[in-house]
Amino acid sequence: MEAWSRFVDTFFNWTIIERYFPAIMKGVVVTIEIAGAVVVTGTLLGLVLAIVRTFRMLPVNALIVIFVDAFRALPPLVLVLLVYFGLPNIGINLPSFAVLWLVLSLVLTAFAEEIFWAGILSIPKGQWEAARSTGLGFLATLAYVVLPQAIRLTVPPLTNRTIAITKNTALGTVIGVGEILNQATTAQSFSGNATPLMMGAIAYVILFIPVVVLGRLLETRFAWRRV
Amino acid sequence: MTTGAPPILEIRGLRKKFYDVEVLRGIDLFVLPQELVFVIGPSGSGKSTLLRCCNRLEEPSAGSVRVGGIDITGRSTDINAMRRQIGMVFQSFNLYPHMTALRNVTLALAKVLRRPRAEAERLGLAALDRVGLAGKARSYPGELSGGQQQRVAIARALALEPKVMLFDEPTSALDPELVGSVLNVMRELKRGGMTMLVVSHELRFARDAADRVIFMDHGVIVEEGPPQQIFSTPSQVRTRAFIAELGR
Repeated sequence: MEAWSRFVDTFFNWTIIERYFPAIMKGVVVTIEIAGAVVVTGTLLGLVLAIVRTFRMLPVNALIVIFVDAFRALPPLVLVLLVYFGLPNIGINLPSFAVLWLVLSLVLTAFAEEIFWAGILSIPKGQWEAARSTGLGFLATLAYVVLPQAIRLTVPPLTNRTIAITKNTALGTVIGVGEILNQATTAQSFSGNATPLMMGAIAYVILFIPVVVLGRLLETRFAWRRV
Repeated sequence: MTTGAPPILEIRGLRKKFYDVEVLRGIDLFVLPQELVFVIGPSGSGKSTLLRCCNRLEEPSAGSVRVGGIDITGRSTDINAMRRQIGMVFQSFNLYPHMTALRNVTLALAKVLRRPRAEAERLGLAALDRVGLAGKARSYPGELSGGQQQRVAIARALALEPKVMLFDEPTSALDPELVGSVLNVMRELKRGGMTMLVVSHELRFARDAADRVIFMDHGVIVEEGPPQQIFSTPSQVRTRAFIAELGR
């Protein structure tokens, strides 16, 4: 029984929970803010790049592919440190919040671009031809015929990728962004107890489970009877 | 068939190369107003490419295609404006699966011809009515049979009031029992005076609806004439062989 009470005292210490609850909640707010900003900028930029790519301008597309491959290959932590400690040397001082947002947005942009691009490519050529044969221009065809279908297809993979990348907001802890993990580790070192870390873990679960469920709902809602 | 009127579709010296394969090797073909011209030939003979060059889904390598007297390959020609005068119906229907039948028909009316929503819907319903599917306006393509889908596709082209309609094997993807409904719609169009260029293997339909039959092989027109002549007394060996093969 002693082991059990030591376990509870280490991970679920009520006094510590009460003391650090406000700090963890502050972290939750910061995490939500950064994650939200990253989702918006990352998916929008990714969509824009995928659309630019459909114009098939070779040099531009080469640049997009290089960018996308590089940002998909690099561990986000490397990018976070590189930008946070590198940019000040060339006179650019970004707050740590902005660095985290920028890096994660670019990483999500890279993945989202690939997902949208794959979605666009998966729309049969006949859809383009049918629309073009009625006099619709390239952009109108893209906007009304191709993208609505492509985006439906991208919802499941994009949701998964978005969750994976927004979880990386935890990397902000190494550059002092006051998000959940940062608050938790700070509290843990002050209290000498792992309870704040458990609180952080629970906060992540509470935060992301609805997103996972929402993704599944969107998946069913966006599915339509295929021919 | 009107005589004396200038052709709606004039194809001259049309060539199409895919890399070093020449699929069309000099096609000359005129289609007169209200004429139904039927194109037959073995697969790979260039029939579909010929059709697709008529609205520049394929870019002709040489020669000219005129629709209503306007060269569609001309540098100053607005191809989107030309395409809405050239209806096209595809083998695989190519309906937009995320839109209702009505929206499939009204999309170009709204976005290309900029018709107000109410008017676009009225015209769309009228077009669906012409193919006998006004009752399916709210259905999605996935809820329709192949024959119904193809008729919606015909209505989509028809709604823009094209000068000529191109049919690229419109019944080849259909179950046999659904072919008739599509052919009936095409007969109705013919009766209504639509000018049509049809690539198909439905020889029975050609026999009773076509004004002229073109036999193509290896990228050239081998023989052309009224259906009775082509089917009963073809003058070319290749035509005879192809018809005998299909008739078996």
